Amino acid sequence: MSALTPLLTSRWGQERAWTLDAYRRTGGYQALAKALKMDPADVLNTVKDSGLRGRGGAGFPTGVKWSFLPPPDGGPRYLVVNADESEPGTCKDIPLMMADPHSLIEGAIITSYAIGCHHAFIYLRGEVVHVYRRLLNAVSQARAAGLLGKSVGGSDFDLELTVHAGAGAYICGEETALLDSLEGRRGQPRLKPPFPAVAGLYARPTVVNNVESIASVPWIVGRGADWWKSMGTEKSTGVAIYSLSGHVQRPGQYEAQLGVTMRQLLDLAGGVRAGHQLKFWMPGGSSTPMFTPEQLDVPLDYDSVAAAGSMLGTRALQCFDETVCVVRAVSRWMEFYAHESCGKCTPCREGTFWLRSVLRRIEAGQGRPEDLQILQDIPGSIMGRAFCPLGDGAPSSLVSSLKFFRDEYVQHIELGRCPFDPAASYLFEAVTA
Amino acid sequence: MSAPDQVTCSIDGVEITVPKNTLIIRAAEEAGIFIPRFCDHPLLKPVAACRQCLVDVASPAGPEGKLRAFPKPQPACAMTVTPGMVVNTQLTSPAAAKAQEQVAELILINHPLDCPVCDKGGECPLQNQALSTGRAVSRFTDKKNTFAKPLALTPLILLDRERCVLCQRCTRFAAQIPGDPFIALQKRGANQQIGRFDAAVLGVAPVDPAAAEAACDAACDDLAADGRPFAGYFAGNIIQICPVGALTSADYRFRARPFDLVSTETVAEHDSSGAAIRVDYRRGQVLRRLAGSDPSLNQEWITDKDRFGFRWQVAPDRLTRPLVRRGDEMVAVSWPEGIAAAAAILGAAANPAVLPGGRLTLEDAHAYSVFARAVLATDSVDFRARPASREEAQFLAHFVAGSGAGVSLDELAQAPAVLLAGFEAEDEGGVVFLRLREAGTKVYALAPLASRGLRRLGGTLLATAPGAEAQALSQLPDAVEGLLAEAAAALRGPGDENAAAESPARPGGVIVVGERLATTPGAYSAALAAARRLGARLVWIPRRAGERAALEAGLLAGLAPGGRPLAGLSPAEAESVFGRQLDLAPGLDVSGIIAAAAGGDVDALLVGGLEMVDLPNPTRAASAFKAAKVVALQVRGDGLSPWADVILPVAPPQEKAGTFINWEGRLRPFPQVLASTALSDARVLQALAKAMGADVRIGPLAAAHEALAALAAPAEPVPAPAVAPSPPRSPGPGEALLSTWHYLVDDAAGLDGVEALAASAPAARARLSAATAAAAGLEAGGRVEVATADGAITLPVVIDDVLDGVVHLPTKSPGSWVRVNLAAADGGVVRISPAPDHEEVAP
Repeated sequence: MSALTPLLTSRWGQERAWTLDAYRRTGGYQALAKALKMDPADVLNTVKDSGLRGRGGAGFPTGVKWSFLPPPDGGPRYLVVNADESEPGTCKDIPLMMADPHSLIEGAIITSYAIGCHHAFIYLRGEVVHVYRRLLNAVSQARAAGLLGKSVGGSDFDLELTVHAGAGAYICGEETALLDSLEGRRGQPRLKPPFPAVAGLYARPTVVNNVESIASVPWIVGRGADWWKSMGTEKSTGVAIYSLSGHVQRPGQYEAQLGVTMRQLLDLAGGVRAGHQLKFWMPGGSSTPMFTPEQLDVPLDYDSVAAAGSMLGTRALQCFDETVCVVRAVSRWMEFYAHESCGKCTPCREGTFWLRSVLRRIEAGQGRPEDLQILQDIPGSIMGRAFCPLGDGAPSSLVSSLKFFRDEYVQHIELGRCPFDPAASYLFEAVTA
Repeated sequence: MSAPDQVTCSIDGVEITVPKNTLIIRAAEEAGIFIPRFCDHPLLKPVAACRQCLVDVASPAGPEGKLRAFPKPQPACAMTVTPGMVVNTQLTSPAAAKAQEQVAELILINHPLDCPVCDKGGECPLQNQALSTGRAVSRFTDKKNTFAKPLALTPLILLDRERCVLCQRCTRFAAQIPGDPFIALQKRGANQQIGRFDAAVLGVAPVDPAAAEAACDAACDDLAADGRPFAGYFAGNIIQICPVGALTSADYRFRARPFDLVSTETVAEHDSSGAAIRVDYRRGQVLRRLAGSDPSLNQEWITDKDRFGFRWQVAPDRLTRPLVRRGDEMVAVSWPEGIAAAAAILGAAANPAVLPGGRLTLEDAHAYSVFARAVLATDSVDFRARPASREEAQFLAHFVAGSGAGVSLDELAQAPAVLLAGFEAEDEGGVVFLRLREAGTKVYALAPLASRGLRRLGGTLLATAPGAEAQALSQLPDAVEGLLAEAAAALRGPGDENAAAESPARPGGVIVVGERLATTPGAYSAALAAARRLGARLVWIPRRAGERAALEAGLLAGLAPGGRPLAGLSPAEAESVFGRQLDLAPGLDVSGIIAAAAGGDVDALLVGGLEMVDLPNPTRAASAFKAAKVVALQVRGDGLSPWADVILPVAPPQEKAGTFINWEGRLRPFPQVLASTALSDARVLQALAKAMGADVRIGPLAAAHEALAALAAPAEPVPAPAVAPSPPRSPGPGEALLSTWHYLVDDAAGLDGVEALAASAPAARARLSAATAAAAGLEAGGRVEVATADGAITLPVVIDDVLDGVVHLPTKSPGSWVRVNLAAADGGVVRISPAPDHEEVAP
């Protein structure tokens, strides 16, 4: 039996899957109808019982997060869907919203119903204009069909859904920076407490969830918590999208039960680029420590990956074969973090700036022996010192690369140049003059 | 056991009990432990951005309350202490010390090593913490971030971006304290920087060079389209709270080293708040002024006027020698000659009068009071060098003089509601505005327009035409009355009478009256009546620093020191205060004195520190001064020299010791800052008295206080004024009622020598409603001529939310000198019409 369990991705290949008709033909909005007949508390408990954990990277139990909202006080409460997918390597939410936007909308409606929200927001990464258009169309279709606005699906539940396009800042994927940005302010993380559940958007109780988490909700509500729990592992229930990219034969999104191994996924993707071997891979995006072929059999669930020294993150499995220079790869990531550091706190702002300067020099063959000590020390000045988790995660790839491939850094410094041919790693034809 | 609102925790093994919600960093200070910090400021909300204050924290958790350590070090500036919390700072935790060292290393990598040429060097928290927490030698060998320097945030505030550690104290101050968010964080990562809107920095400058230049000019313009400055009146505070040398004052930059300066704690002279300031001087020259710290008064903030306005004391026309008139010229003479000349004029006067001005210390005011009554034998004394009324004098004598400490600033800020009448908190109160804003006090204002200050207070406008305040005070909206009268309502509360008796009555609201009400007949009477009717408290907040002290010293006709009616003094009391028995004819007030001088009835004037242009009708005052002999005691010569016969130089505040009394009634004594040979007014008056052969007690400083303290409470106080409101003036076609007040930063003589501050002052604009403008044929962006029989002012029109039929002008801003050009006051009737095309700008 294949390890694949297409649920969230089940509609992606269908004809005009993004339309309301196509969605309804395949059972769409039936979970909503079911939910609207339930007590909101029961909907919440179903999701809580399912053990669904946040798919945005941190893996916090979704239903528990919802239950943190204080009791209703008559004022507004908000659901904000974090669709600001911008971690290097992470590419699951954007194809989901592109191919199957109504599953997100249905999830958002059910979630709003469960938590007593009457105005939900989808905060979308601004660069993906095509997805923005598709979401807007899907929302207007849903509105025309009576699934949004007054009396959702003929019930007495009202819901507005606003799709907001951000301006393309990595920091706005951090939930409190996202809320500031959504409010029209400069996107920088907020001091916690108060947490968004107590004072989030416009200082009102707010739930912020990842796209994939919300899109999982209709499945859980439709088929029940026990069915969901029957998949995955005990503490990482259900299915999730694994995005394979890099030096694999068939890159793409592979939906499987949590706990699937990289070896299984690599088989599904046709293995590493022909004639090459896997050198290292990132389990959860560029903010998670890298793995080597030694970890191919680690079950990819939240706890097993953590036990193996990394993080499941967003299951963005970037694969790199032996042609890849680790220094070059890490240097590119550091360029990203130095560019995207929001600047609020000293460790991330200055630390990534410093590491970028040093990595640039080493890659250019101007490294010095003492640089190794800097590369060793400065990540420790950032991790556990930064204001938000994004800063804490910025040097992860560097730290793990030093653990596995310290020799390559030494080689760069001693040779005074990069020992690799970058063109050998290209997946496209190198343009030669 | 500690009280429920107290928390006991341990910091570095020191057990300490502090109020609930205290931040770790504050609690540590209580325990005598200093945790390094940059972004933390006790008066700003925590932001936890710089990460310099990381400490190890463990707190009891779980049912057994077992101590559980936080996995990461926590920012002491943002975390509050909890019962049983154990904090280990850099002193006891190697982990915390290491975290702080790591952050200090990072803070310094992009910071230039230019301490030897940096203003902050020697008083720099970064320098100190680099020594305590940083590395001796930097490991950073790559290229530091650089920026074009400096960037002018205002003409007076310069920003060197490469020195900035991005702690956001400045932007948080601007947004949180005065509510003038004129600067913000821009860009991100290591390029993040503080800035105002600057097209060149933000990369939004047009490509066309001419357009780029125009955009740059627009960006360099400190004024919004409606004439308001972006930076506001309090921006200078950001220089002082910057923990590095990034923000510097253009006025002080590169002029001194902190360790060469001598610092003196003193009191600001520019308004009646009596703000605590620090004056720094070197070799007899004042180089800068900083906010002092007085938690119950100005906290750690001062106005830019208090900060930058000190050069007037050493202006080019500062007098050092007496001047005596020889024909058309004033000639410098020796002190004995000058005193003799003045004594001759005053001694020969049949009917002298005294206009001492509103900027005196208590000691100097007392000297004038004694000198007038005992030496000149006149009761024609009035400190009010501004529009004034007899009703006001009676109100002040009845309610303010001798009342001691009244409503305090703390009480004002905590009042259930504050009603402002004839008082604009930001322009006329300075730090009063900041405290009301900080406390979020519910503010109502009787005014014809919601000023920008009132809007930033979140205040409510009770739209009132200038001159109609008396009627408004006697019929306030029910909701406002309810709030002002809260004390009475609480006492009357049904049921639990015992509780009401045991708990102290909740104080009522406060009605604030300003000096502008003097031009509205019946307003002070109505304010008194309203306060009595509602059980509200009442406080008078004048603009000038010396008015309260002048009142306490009895510088009003018929008023003795201590609020006693002059006529009610016993012979013994008269002897003790004035050194002799008095038998004086009833005195005149300021307008009476000027009229009498013009008519020849008053033949000599003794004038203190006042300016002709501040008097209600400067033209008429000038002719009065021309007609009489004038002896003036002045710091500077230019103002009165055309009219004076003798000018005797006196010391400015920084060259004498003295006591201001602020509007709270609080004594604000200050020491002499600079060594000086300049004499205080009291010393000069003493010399004059001696030259005139009078044997009276004037000075030393202590004597004034003794004489005042010796006076008993008045047996027969001055009765309250009971002036009926006059019917509101209704402007005819082409006319409007004038609303006007002094802006905090304007053409004040106290700002002479700091022209750069004037550049960020609000520009003079005529504000009126769309309906008023339309009726007069005016439009936004056009120019209006505001005229009276005495002259005209021409200003750009701004359509604003002003009561119909009212035009608002600043009293003394560039191009709008209302008293000189219009001889009109708040509530007067003026003509408004489109200005003729050929611009005739008022002087």
